[in-house]
Amino acid sequence: MSTELPEPASVVKLAPGVGGGGEIPKFDITLRVRRYDPEVSEEASWEDFKLTMYGTDRILDALHKVKWEHDGSLSFRRSCAHGVCGSDAMRINGRNRLACKTLLKDLDTSKPITVEAIKGLPVEKDLIVDMEPFFQSYREVMPFLVAKGHEPSKERYQSVEDRERFDDTTKCILCAACTSSCPVFWTDGQYFGPAAIVNAHRFIFDSRDEAGDMRLEILNDKEGVWRCRTTFNCSEACPRGIQVTKAIAEVKQAILARSL
Amino acid sequence: MQVHKYDVVIVGAGGAGMRAAIESGQRARTAVLTKLYPTRSHTGAAQGGMCAALANVEEDNWEWHTFDTIKGGDYLVDQDAAEVMAKEAIDAVLDLEKMGLPFNRTPEGKIDQRRFGGHTRDHGKAPVRRACYAADRTGHMILQTLYQNCVKHNVEFYNEYYVLDLLLVEEDAVRADGTPYKQKRVAGVVSYDLASGELHVFQAKSVVFASGGAGKVFKTTSNAHTLTGDGMGIAFRRGIPLEDMEFFQFHPTGLAGLGILLTEGARGEGAILRNSEGERFMERYAPTIKDLAPRDIVARSMANEVREGRGCGPNKDYVLLDLTHLEPEHIESKLPDITEFARTYLGVEPFTEPVPVYPTAHYAMGGIPTNVEAQVLQDNDTVIPGLFAAGEVACVSVHGSNRLGTNSLLDINVFGKRAGLAAAKYARDAEFVALPEEPEAFTTTLLEDLRNANGTERVAVLRKELQDTMDANVQVFRTAESLQEALDVIKSLRGRYKNVAIQDKGKRFNLDLLEAVELGFLLDMAEVMTTTAMHRKESRGGHYREDFPDRDDVNFMKHSMAYKDADAVSEGTSGIRLETKPVVFTRYQPMERKY
Ligand code: SF4
Ligand code: FES
Repeated sequence: MSTELPEPASVVKLAPGVGGGGEIPKFDITLRVRRYDPEVSEEASWEDFKLTMYGTDRILDALHKVKWEHDGSLSFRRSCAHGVCGSDAMRINGRNRLACKTLLKDLDTSKPITVEAIKGLPVEKDLIVDMEPFFQSYREVMPFLVAKGHEPSKERYQSVEDRERFDDTTKCILCAACTSSCPVFWTDGQYFGPAAIVNAHRFIFDSRDEAGDMRLEILNDKEGVWRCRTTFNCSEACPRGIQVTKAIAEVKQAILARSL
Repeated sequence: MQVHKYDVVIVGAGGAGMRAAIESGQRARTAVLTKLYPTRSHTGAAQGGMCAALANVEEDNWEWHTFDTIKGGDYLVDQDAAEVMAKEAIDAVLDLEKMGLPFNRTPEGKIDQRRFGGHTRDHGKAPVRRACYAADRTGHMILQTLYQNCVKHNVEFYNEYYVLDLLLVEEDAVRADGTPYKQKRVAGVVSYDLASGELHVFQAKSVVFASGGAGKVFKTTSNAHTLTGDGMGIAFRRGIPLEDMEFFQFHPTGLAGLGILLTEGARGEGAILRNSEGERFMERYAPTIKDLAPRDIVARSMANEVREGRGCGPNKDYVLLDLTHLEPEHIESKLPDITEFARTYLGVEPFTEPVPVYPTAHYAMGGIPTNVEAQVLQDNDTVIPGLFAAGEVACVSVHGSNRLGTNSLLDINVFGKRAGLAAAKYARDAEFVALPEEPEAFTTTLLEDLRNANGTERVAVLRKELQDTMDANVQVFRTAESLQEALDVIKSLRGRYKNVAIQDKGKRFNLDLLEAVELGFLLDMAEVMTTTAMHRKESRGGHYREDFPDRDDVNFMKHSMAYKDADAVSEGTSGIRLETKPVVFTRYQPMERKY
């Protein structure tokens, strides 16, 4: 519950230069994009774009600059542009990240910045992959609350601690950065992958849910949690800061605890 | 071209579309057509909360919520609709809880509630805790929960299908008083499959539009790149009026220069605004509820501070959102995302430094007119059988001239549900309307004209000029001159739009082509917004005319209705016919709006 606060002062003295500001630095970059368009060629290839960008710009701004000023055929998904919709996971300098959350100034701009589609899912065109296999795995873990019995006419109560138990995994935006950074998933597309497990975790550890056993059964499958090799790529890739590997470990423990 | 047949087709998979789909999908054969994967929809960007008078933490009731909504909308709200929304808010929250939404909880385990702008106890006496929330990701949780329940109920989605046309037929009909008129009926929609570039016609008994807003007409906006007014534009082109389009909400706290939203919940949790002199200036503009005044008032006050030279930064063009007096743990637990936005995008540490903010284009109060059953109207009162709309694309009107914070998440749940139920019910008894001859012809021409154009103009250049002029001339402060300037620019952009070229000539994932289509919708919507703004010679809610600074109930206590009409000539432009529609009053008489 919100705490009662004293009224803040009507006037405060602001330190000089407070709130940032100042001249925004400008710099040149080379954006090296992995292009692929089966209508043009079966071969993928790298293409370089030289761009002048600003200190507040992100990879998404650079991609837009290419698309809007140089080559309209460059194709990528994006929507919200601030890291909440999960559209634009891609491999940037070999690491999975969201283009809209990756500031150019945080990268080494003295070398070409490479951008390519995430791995392990079929590339459709340039940076666009087929997300269907990813969502298929998600759907298979029963990613919804199952509560038997009569629907209460009032809200169910849940303690602050019980609510906190699964908070981390509710943050997932289904961007696939984790799953497509996983070496197991690259070699075995049947593996559920971290994102599906994260979304199962969100319900397994929700005190209101009653289908935890069924989900654990699903994830005890040979393509389930046991394929995880704890390489931590997924946790590093997650733009929402979800402790993905920890969530997978907790699901493993829950399966073991249940079978004992 | 392929033809599909469904009882119900829902256009859009944000909150309203999926809430509708959950109802309709269990009762009728339903397809959801969405230009984005459902979980990419912009509902997910909503942060602060969803109001309902649960009275979990302090005394409250839905009648106060109704009053706040009406007063917040500066009395242009249809009061019957506001009552429906405030009353059904309580069940809407409980429905979401049952579906699994992880609300923040009170120490007793009840759904927690917090303050939000314009929501008060007992008709404006003091702020009230009415907003149910999940940290500062309430919209994310709603979107995820609704999608999860769509998966649970096996709702059928057509992902990345852009709906580009609405198929209507017209029949001769006679009104009760004997006058003949043309009755519109819905036959289906035409959509474009992004992956293949193929057109798909969906024949349907019921069509629900839930395609969201049009914030991308502005440069500085909290809206996603994909919010280009498609649904409103399609309806408008097919002769359906648009209601109250002059009312666009500018959210006070966008990250300066970027427009990324920082929730009003921050001020609900105690954050305040300061100018370059360190002054908490809202004390001057809204002495009672100060920083928690409704958004139009706060946004205007901020813009005024900047105009009078009390802005911050090297260009003195923003003010500051100060959270530094709050407990860091409190901020971290209640507002984790927005503090991260400030750090990531501006490099500002909100625990120790105030955050630069400025109003950002946020929400269209206007849209496709509907009644409280979510049925679309073809004029002031004639229902189009089988056609429904809900959410930002629609105008019920529950927001009037200024929407209160959290009422949009509420709107999509209450009216999304109503639309889904009504669409399924209608489809049960209705027959299919025969598709017109060559149903895809209009869309084929639209696309082929753009694809084959060999002009010299770039879509991105025209779009930027449009957004620049809208920010400069149709934002928080408006005058006849500024609006005329915008109309002139839009007119010239329309001419240049005929001369665009797109570079991608392929079939697969041709987003280049679709951006050109979207620009067409943006131009239409910008023109409607500006024309209606020109005609409303008063100031009310989100629409502020410096040349007419007062509210004028004698001449303007009415909704505006804009129709596409090639023959119409209106002040400043042509091709749009303006009519009006009375406001529905039940129990609240207009008063002066003070906070
Ligand atoms: S867990 Fe993180 S990386 Fe994986 S899909 Fe969810 S948000 Fe993306
Ligand atoms: S565009 Fe939405 S997450 Fe990047």
